[in-house]
Amino acid sequence: MQPAARASRFDIGGAIKDALVATMVAFGLFSLMLGLLTAPGPSGKLEVSARPQLLAASLAVVFAGRFFVSLFARNSRFTKLGQIVPPDARNALKKLERFAAPALLLFALAVPVLFFSNRYLLDLGILVLTYTMLGWGLNIVVGLAGLLDLGYVAFYAVGAYSYALLAKEFELSFWVCLPLAGILASFWGILLGFPVLRLRGDYLAIVTLAFGEIIRIVIVNWQSFTGGPNGISGIPRPSFFGIPFNNEPEGFAALFHLEFTPTHRVVFLYYVILTLALVTCAVTIRLRQLPIGRAWEALREDEIACRSLGINTTNTKLTAFATGAMFAGFAGSFFATRQGFISPESFVFMESALVLAIVVLGGMGSQLGVAVAATAMIGGFELFRNFEQFRMLVFGAAMVGIMVWRPRGLVATRTPSVFLEEKKTIPAAIVEEARQ
Amino acid sequence: MDYFLQQLINGITLGSIYALVAIGYTMVYGIIGMINFAHGDIFMVGSFLALIAFLALLAIGVTAVPLALFLVLLIAMLLTALYGWIVERVAYRPLRGSFRLAPLISAIGMSIFLQNYVQIAQGARVKSLPPLVTGAHVLMDDGKFVVQLTNIQIVIIVTTTLLMLLFSWLVSSTRLGRDMRACEQDLKMASLVGVDTDRTISLTFVLGAALAAVAGILYLLYYGAIDFFIGFVAGVKAFTAAVLGGIGSLPGAMLGGLMIGLIETFWSAYFSSEYKDVAAFSILILVLIFMPTGILGRPEVEKV
Repeated sequence: MQPAARASRFDIGGAIKDALVATMVAFGLFSLMLGLLTAPGPSGKLEVSARPQLLAASLAVVFAGRFFVSLFARNSRFTKLGQIVPPDARNALKKLERFAAPALLLFALAVPVLFFSNRYLLDLGILVLTYTMLGWGLNIVVGLAGLLDLGYVAFYAVGAYSYALLAKEFELSFWVCLPLAGILASFWGILLGFPVLRLRGDYLAIVTLAFGEIIRIVIVNWQSFTGGPNGISGIPRPSFFGIPFNNEPEGFAALFHLEFTPTHRVVFLYYVILTLALVTCAVTIRLRQLPIGRAWEALREDEIACRSLGINTTNTKLTAFATGAMFAGFAGSFFATRQGFISPESFVFMESALVLAIVVLGGMGSQLGVAVAATAMIGGFELFRNFEQFRMLVFGAAMVGIMVWRPRGLVATRTPSVFLEEKKTIPAAIVEEARQ
Repeated sequence: MDYFLQQLINGITLGSIYALVAIGYTMVYGIIGMINFAHGDIFMVGSFLALIAFLALLAIGVTAVPLALFLVLLIAMLLTALYGWIVERVAYRPLRGSFRLAPLISAIGMSIFLQNYVQIAQGARVKSLPPLVTGAHVLMDDGKFVVQLTNIQIVIIVTTTLLMLLFSWLVSSTRLGRDMRACEQDLKMASLVGVDTDRTISLTFVLGAALAAVAGILYLLYYGAIDFFIGFVAGVKAFTAAVLGGIGSLPGAMLGGLMIGLIETFWSAYFSSEYKDVAAFSILILVLIFMPTGILGRPEVEKV
C-alpha cells in the first residue's frame, strides 16, 4: 500500500482486517477469563458457568475500538493523538491554566460555606484534600527528585500510628502530636532511605515497596503495641485549640454562641486538612527555588551529571525522601484523628499505588496537576458509587495509557523551576544523539 | 534431623515454583533492563486460567486427571503466553526510549490493572480446588515424626527440573536463544547485525509468561487455593530470587529461587511463620545493598 493512498482516504478494508485480528487475540484473552465464571455451586464445590453475553459484548467492544483506532491512525491527519487539539485551543487552555489554580483555591476555601448542610460533600472534600496532600508529598519524591517510592504509605502509617499512640498513651493534643508525627515519619524516611538511596531507580522502587510491606507486616503482628489487625480505636478527636466540639457549656458551639451541630467539627477538620495541604504545596514551591530543590530537579534529569558537578547525591535524595515522608506523617496523623480508628487495612500497597497513580496522572512535578487528578480520581469515583470496583482498574489502565501517550502527565507538564534566560536552539539530530 | 529433612523437601518444592517465576524477571531484566512488575500478576493470571480450564474440562466430561492436567497445562501456557505478549505490546513496547521511570510506572499500572481485571472477572473470593494429585511416600518414620514426600511434590520438582533443562537448552543451543543472548549483551549492536530485537523481546515475554503459567498451575495444585492477590507477594519473592541469584543470569534465577524457597521454609519452621514475608523482603533489601550483583550476576557498568 502506498503511503499517499493511505493518507488521502480512510482505509476501511485494512481497518476491518486489523479489527478482526484484534478480536481474535481478545478472544484468546477473554474466552476463559470473561466467558466463564467460577463460583461455588450448590454443593459448595467450585463450578463453572458460561457467560456468553459478556464475552460477546467485550469482543464487540474490542472490534469496534480497534476498527476506529485503525481507521483514524491510518489517516495522516490523526497520526498523533496530541494533535487532535488545535493549537489555538491549546493556547487558550494555557491562558486558562494561569487562572485555574487561584480559582480552585477560592473554591476549596468556599466549599464549607457553600455546602454547609451537605455532610457527605464535606466528608468527600476532606478525603480529596487528604489524597491531594499525599499526592503533593509524594510529588516531592517522585516528581521533583525522580525517586520512585512505592512504599509511601508506610510513612502515612507511621504518622497515623504515632498520633494514635501518643494521643492515647500520653494524652497529648493533636497540635503537639502533629509535628511529632511528622518528625517521626521523616526520621523513618531517613532511617530507611540511608542504606538504600545509593541504588538505581528501579531497585530503589522495589526496595521501598519491600520496606512498606515490612512496616505493614510488623504493624499486623506486633499486637501488644499496635493492636494488630484489630487496629486502634477511640483515638481522641481534634479540638479547636483546646475547645472540644461538643454540646457542653464549655464546648465550641456554646462558647461562640452558635447552635450546636456536629458539622462544626467536620468544617474544622476540612480547614485543617486544607491548611496542611496548602502548607505542603507552599513548601514545595518554595523548595523548588532553593538550591536543594534545584538539585532535586537536576537529579531527576541526570544523576551522573549531578555527581560530576559535585552534588552529594545521597544527601540530596535523602532530603527529598525525608521531606516527602514528613508530609505523609502529617497526613497520617490527620487521618487518624479524623477516623478515630486505624488498622493496618488502611495502609496496604494499593494505597501507595493509588497515590502514585494520582501523581503520575497529574503530571509528575506539577502541583496543579496533582490537585486536579486527586479531585477527578477520588471525587469522581465517589460520586459514581456503582463503579467503585472499577476504580483501580481504571487507575491501572490510566497509568499505562499516560506513560504511552503523555508521559509528562495529563493535566500539566513538569517544567524546570530554573532555566537559562536565553534559550539556545539545539538541532534535533544532536538531541537524538544525546539521548542514546 | 527428620524435621529438618521434611522442611528441606518443602523448601525445595516452594523454591521450584519461585524459580520458574524468577526466570521471567531475570530474562526481561537481562534484555531490556526493566523490572517487569506485572510478571507476578501474569503468574496469577496463569493460575486462574488453569483453574478455569480445569473446571471447564470437568464440565465437558474430561475426568481422567492426567489427561485433564496435560490439557490444562497446554491451555494455560498458551493463553498466559498470549497475556505476556499483549502486556509487552501494549504497555512496554511504546515506551522504548522514554524517560527512565516510564516502563516501571507502566508496569505497576499493568499490575494493578491485571489484579483488578481478575478480581472483577472472577470475584474476590478465594477459589479452592480439592487436591488432584494425592498420595505420598514415607521416607522416614521413627514413630514420632513422619518424613514424607508427597506425589505432588514429586510432580513439582520433576516438572521444574525438566523445564529448566529444556529452557537452558533453548537459550544455549537454538537460534532464538542466541538472539536472546545477543540482545542481552547489546541491544543496539544486535539489531545492527540482523537480530530482530522487537521479536526477540516479545518472545522473551512469551516464554517468561509460559513458565509463569506452569508455576501458577503448580501453585494451584500444591496449595489448592488461589485468589487475585497471590501474584503480588509471589512476584516480589520471585524478584528477590532473581536479584539474589544475580539478575540477568539464568542459572542465578534457578539458584536464587531455590534459596528463597529454602530460607522462607526454614524461617517459618524454626522462627515464626508470621514474619516469613519479612524474611524474604529483608533478604531483598540486604542483597541489593550489600551484593547488588547477586551470586552469579555480572557487575553492572554505569554508562553515560
